Amino acid sequence: MAQMTMIQAITDALRTELKNDENVLVFGEDVGVNGGVFRATEGLQKEFGPDRVFDTPLAESGIGGLAIGLSTQGFRPVAEIQFFGFVYEVMDSISGQMARLRYRSGGRWHAPITIRSPFGGGVHTPELHGDSLEGLMAQQPGLKVVIPSTPYDAKGLLISAIRDNDPVIFLEHMKLYRSFRDEVPEEEYTIPIGKADIKREGKDISIITYGAMVHESLKAADELEKEGFSAEVIDLRTVSPLDIETIIASVEKTNRAIVVQEAQKQAGIAANVVAEINERAILSLEAPVFRVAAPDTVYPFSQAEDVWLPNYKDIVETAKKALNF
Amino acid sequence: MAKKAKNVVVDSEKQFDAIRKEFQTFQILNEKGEVVNEDAMPSLSDEELKELMRRMVFTRVLDQRSISLNRQGRLGFYAPTAGQEASQIASHFALEKEDFILPGYRDIPQLVWHGLPLYQAFLYSRGHFHGNQMPEDVNAFSPQIIIGAQYVQAAGVALGLKKRGKKAVAVTYTGDGGTSQGDFYEGINFAGAFKAPAIFIVQNNRFAISTPVEVQTSAETLAQKAVAAGIPGIQVDGMDPLAVYAAVKEARERAINGEGPTLIETLCYRYGPHTMAGDDPTRYRAKELDDEWEAKDPLVRFRNFLQAKGLWSEEEENEVIEKAKEDIKEAIKKADETPKQKVTDLINIMFEEGSWPYNLKEQYEIYKEKESK
Repeated sequence: MAQMTMIQAITDALRTELKNDENVLVFGEDVGVNGGVFRATEGLQKEFGPDRVFDTPLAESGIGGLAIGLSTQGFRPVAEIQFFGFVYEVMDSISGQMARLRYRSGGRWHAPITIRSPFGGGVHTPELHGDSLEGLMAQQPGLKVVIPSTPYDAKGLLISAIRDNDPVIFLEHMKLYRSFRDEVPEEEYTIPIGKADIKREGKDISIITYGAMVHESLKAADELEKEGFSAEVIDLRTVSPLDIETIIASVEKTNRAIVVQEAQKQAGIAANVVAEINERAILSLEAPVFRVAAPDTVYPFSQAEDVWLPNYKDIVETAKKALNF
Repeated sequence: MAKKAKNVVVDSEKQFDAIRKEFQTFQILNEKGEVVNEDAMPSLSDEELKELMRRMVFTRVLDQRSISLNRQGRLGFYAPTAGQEASQIASHFALEKEDFILPGYRDIPQLVWHGLPLYQAFLYSRGHFHGNQMPEDVNAFSPQIIIGAQYVQAAGVALGLKKRGKKAVAVTYTGDGGTSQGDFYEGINFAGAFKAPAIFIVQNNRFAISTPVEVQTSAETLAQKAVAAGIPGIQVDGMDPLAVYAAVKEARERAINGEGPTLIETLCYRYGPHTMAGDDPTRYRAKELDDEWEAKDPLVRFRNFLQAKGLWSEEEENEVIEKAKEDIKEAIKKADETPKQKVTDLINIMFEEGSWPYNLKEQYEIYKEKESK
């Protein structure tokens, strides 16, 4: 086993699949010689050649269209959108086109496409870099939306995403790229899409979350433990579709839950999780399911970022509200 | 009043003159069906020339019947094609079976001639997914609704064909309005940058629903937009089947020889409304303009050309018309016999079989129950 950062685990997953399947193509803005602005594709063009790992002109809709077109010729495109705030430029290619290709063509065509993209706050980026836009993607039928929180999960999930025969949006939180290392097997392995992971077992309350908020939630669980509460932390890993079984089993065990997301509160993943719990397990609940989320403003200018983003203290406070209800 | 100072940095008149000189309309047959450009005559056998005429006549009948079926409530969404036969059918006539078509919603005839059974084209109009299920040997997407989206996808199909070493091209169609979309520029630019074997056809029928091409852009031709992408561009008389055929044929040869994409603007006209869903062209088009364009009709022109060569008779034309009516009747019957679309069918085609998420599995059961009643 090797110690890897999340970015290294992602590169390792890309290398694994480029080796395994000659139909895998990696492309996007600056992913070739430059190895990507975060170095996620470092060395891949050199290793696999410019036919398989290549730069595109600077146009996100073009990148999405390219991926769709290539998929008709039996390729398995892995396209990078340089920052997920740029997704608005490629919304039609994603939601209007690739998500519907199998459906529209009655199964004649499909889009085995992975869209990788960095997102997430706390790293003082300019505007339209840090936004959490997974809710937009999750509203689109036909897409799977994956957000890993650890290097180990990132490698296994990215390999699964690339092998999936339908489009997968794979979102990589920038703050997690190099913040810690993890034991990551050098050999290939997969983690199923649509399967959550219980990152910490507990019995008094379920904290359901994903992405960078997994780590804030684990920190919050440590704090809660000091006060005698045992919190279970569920990392969704895939935000669409949800792992409804794991969520409901946990809530039925703890009878209390909160949902934590970095995105703004309005609409979004947390709202969907709360709705599912209400429909399926309301009689198990001893308290309302509260949400911890960012305020409903546009993503803030970076000077206000640290206050705007939810943190472990917010999570502890909200968890106590549910625990003391 | 002082004379306006001449710009010394950019001589815009000189630029525009140069563009005007480079983008003149390419024509082989004039409006009377006389050959005006012998050097450019494509090498088509007599039988091929007749086949091209048969297809155009068939397509005109298909359009007339589709309009009337729509009025009877027997077809749904339909975008009329009369006036665009040379642009649609002659461009397709220059393609091979292995070429990949990315059509817009008015481009049903090209799909039909590429192998989509007619009853499926009718099912598309009726909103049944089987209408979009191209047979295995038909390399095509179903009609694109988002204007221009097919242009970026064509670049991808073409790059894929190139990577696979296939001697085939991706051909995509849009209208004059489509050239204002970002995807239009991204598509031609990507294909140019990758030297991908694509042919981008713009059927300039002068109106994007009601908006005339003069409101659409300051560019005098749409073909000149190719210059920005560094690819060849040509404006063709889109009512002249031989000019359209020759332009596409040559573009195809360039593409499969590794010389990259071509942008082709075909000047044409749609005689009918934008679609059958309530559009009234008299609100935005003068009768004089309709008359002016109907005088350029591709069928009239090509009929004159063929008759002068002794290749076409009224009897032959009537045979095609009768055959078209018969085929359409049978296709409608087959469409009528196709089982109605169900919500459960749609749930089944959202994702690959076996990877349905919990919500769709649950909803499948709910709709199975509903639809069994």
